[in-house]
Amino acid sequence: MGKRVGMEVSIAAAEAVGMADVDLIAAYPITPQTHVVEHLSELVADGHLDAEFVPVESEHSAMSTCVGSSAAGARTFTSTSSQGYALMAEICYIAAGLRLPIVMVVANRALSAPINIWNDHADMMMSRDTGWIQTIAENGQEVVDLIFHAFRVAEDHRVLLPFIINMDGFTLSHVIEPIILPDKEEVARYLPPFKPALRLDPKHPVTIGPVGMPDVYTEAKKVHDEVLKASKDVIVEAWKELGDQFGRYYKPVETYKTEDAENLLFTMGSISETAMTAIDAMRESGKKVGLVHLRLWRPFPSDEIYEAMKGAKAIAIVDRALTLNGVCGPVCAEIKSTLYDRKFHPYIKNYIAGLGGRDVTVDNFVEMMDKLAESAGRGDPMGYEIVGVKE
Amino acid sequence: MAKETGIISWKKLDLGTAILSPGSAQSLKTGDWRSMRPVVDYDVCIRCGRCYIYCPDMVYVKVETGHYEPNYYYCKGCGICANECPVQAIKMVEEGD
Ligand code: SF4
Ligand code: SF4
Repeated sequence: MGKRVGMEVSIAAAEAVGMADVDLIAAYPITPQTHVVEHLSELVADGHLDAEFVPVESEHSAMSTCVGSSAAGARTFTSTSSQGYALMAEICYIAAGLRLPIVMVVANRALSAPINIWNDHADMMMSRDTGWIQTIAENGQEVVDLIFHAFRVAEDHRVLLPFIINMDGFTLSHVIEPIILPDKEEVARYLPPFKPALRLDPKHPVTIGPVGMPDVYTEAKKVHDEVLKASKDVIVEAWKELGDQFGRYYKPVETYKTEDAENLLFTMGSISETAMTAIDAMRESGKKVGLVHLRLWRPFPSDEIYEAMKGAKAIAIVDRALTLNGVCGPVCAEIKSTLYDRKFHPYIKNYIAGLGGRDVTVDNFVEMMDKLAESAGRGDPMGYEIVGVKE
Repeated sequence: MAKETGIISWKKLDLGTAILSPGSAQSLKTGDWRSMRPVVDYDVCIRCGRCYIYCPDMVYVKVETGHYEPNYYYCKGCGICANECPVQAIKMVEEGD
């Protein structure tokens, strides 16, 4: 049945990776690293986990090591954040193009300058097009569950893509939460051993990572796009089985009190729990509002977004990153495109909030929804607004 | 002669665009980059084999007479062989001439 513990979420993430019986962890152990790999190194050093721990000199090397490890057929894990993630980005594209099922936890944090180690989604948006599968956790329990899910989906031969679990830096990574940790045997039942479809083996030589000239590059990108799109069915199927086994169910797009809602709020990550509290408060004062929150960022769940939002009068979309001088925030842009493609054109206002660790409160959400109703009523230009910026 | 490469369907690419059998570069037609071709004057050639050694694409093949003949499927026209031949038996000739 597992046991209920009070545990820092980063430590719980490391325990989950250990229970997933990982073979190799490669990581740069210094800032902006979290306790995820620190605790994994302890598990290995103390003999609790039979795995290789490779402390490298940079995140670029961490992902490079992961590429080699995964190509050799080992179950491989790493973790990073913000600037480290940016340094790793070059190899992230390669891991995905080579179809290596590496799993990574990213503690989402702001990108410099100014130097800022706190939470927002700038790093998640930076890596949007690397071609990894990306899920988003809202609390510690979800981080643990999503790690088991990630290995299972990534290594599925219908998928074979690297997988990121996004968890908010500090807000989740450094917070102690009540978490149910399953037994290793339970995890083993959910997650079969890794059987690579192709691996480096001197007895059967193959070339992984050759040059792809103009006569093959376009086709290679097409395969990647199709595989990522098709992975959604496997992701959903694996969530269903996770729910049946552990009793906690997940969906690409989650909803809260949306059935009769006129105006919707959209969030992703840990602020979604604050947003639910705000929805409760607004419901109590008679406002017909509901929440749509995102669990699956890549592949982007367009159909589910449309289903969750269709019929709404006005929608407030909260982005945790700024697309400097773009049309609007990155997630808002995707949602607008999705709804436009389906000929559904509600009033949409984009709020950029919680940059670089600025708190997003219940009052912030109530104010956003009140402003949304007013500006939709007046027919103001839609655009985006940075919440709480001091003039 | 190796088979010519060309664009193949995305549905037929191997996992991660990996190459599953060794020696596949044999089918790469590097000869279509060429603007100059090496032509050997076998009356001058002393059969030393330097062209065979220096050619970066292993274009030259030793024939029964002991001479070396270029396989233009691979020849990029770089001119290294002509430069290395000690008796100037190789001339670079404009393609199409
Ligand atoms: S021109 Fe270059 S590629 Fe062609 S045969 Fe001579 S050395 Fe080889
Ligand atoms: S380098 Fe010149 S002389 Fe020597 S084998 Fe080649 S063509 Fe003949």
